[in-house]
Amino acid sequence: MIPHLALILCFQLLGEVLTRALDLFLPGPVLGLVLLVALFVAFPKVAEAVRPTANGLLSHLSLLFVPAGVGVVGHLATFSDYGPVFLIALLVSTPLAIGAGALTFVGVARLTERAND
Amino acid sequence: MTELTDIWVYLSSEPLLWLSATLVAYSAGDWLFRKSGRSPLVNPVLIAVAMLGSVLLATGTPYTTYFEGAQFVHFMLGPATVALSAPLYANLRLVRSSALPMICALVVGSGVAIASAVGIGWALGLRGELLLSLAPKSVTAPVAIGIAESIGGAATLTAVLVIFTGVIGAVLTTPVLNALGIKDWRARGFATGVAAHGIGTARAFQVNETAGAFAGIGMGLNAVLTAFLAPAMIALFF
Repeated sequence: MIPHLALILCFQLLGEVLTRALDLFLPGPVLGLVLLVALFVAFPKVAEAVRPTANGLLSHLSLLFVPAGVGVVGHLATFSDYGPVFLIALLVSTPLAIGAGALTFVGVARLTERAND
Repeated sequence: MTELTDIWVYLSSEPLLWLSATLVAYSAGDWLFRKSGRSPLVNPVLIAVAMLGSVLLATGTPYTTYFEGAQFVHFMLGPATVALSAPLYANLRLVRSSALPMICALVVGSGVAIASAVGIGWALGLRGELLLSLAPKSVTAPVAIGIAESIGGAATLTAVLVIFTGVIGAVLTTPVLNALGIKDWRARGFATGVAAHGIGTARAFQVNETAGAFAGIGMGLNAVLTAFLAPAMIALFF
């Protein structure tokens, strides 16, 4: 488990170093994610070995948002001023994105799967 | 006997108290979530945030003091983001089998999520940091927080907006997709994962196994795409 955790941390480190060195506008861990998928594709055995540790980390994913979420106490004034605006933006934008994404998927699938028949 | 205030002085200067409080509050939230039959409206993160926020306000504890304890939990967001590579890799076969519809739905879903949120926020008078905090709201929280920091939003505000987005998406996805008459489980799941990250994915798994798997892929791919798309779209408009 420890070597697998070390591998995950090293890919995060690699991501952080590369995004800074190359001035990429991308969070370091996201680059680490992409590079680790590439490693898994090249060496499927590594993916097999790392999976339990990775799933362990992910099984409590929502706990990890709590500290950042509590930071909202510093934004209470913002929310009392702009709460309804944020709520409207989220209430309209989220179903819009779901509908647009699903319609696109179905439309393109119909085109490509018909072409394959 | 040590005065109660002395004990408080000790506790409030050490990370142990707020680290413990974070885990206890989350456990309580998770317990309520299970009790409710995993209703998307009873979100364990929102419950924990409300409990801890109330305690901080009631005791006059500054957020920085709280964060000295909570940072150990917060730190794990980075490794957890990298760990998303495992489920993404495990589902690559599914990705290959419907690659083209997925790529198109990803780009449209992700773009609509960013543009509509920022556009509505702007039209209703949001500017600067507040507006930028909205851009990554459809992305899974660890990545959204990273994106918010890199484009000049407020990470703490984004964290809360992300959770609200997930809850809204999880509640609305079934009625919206039914109204549109979409029956393909792949499309339903994928679009939900793209727009409403992990909370939407959990909802998709409750409804249908295929929808859940595709939602997970949508969440993972959108985390990567938004990290590129949000800074680019922000640079284009501002």
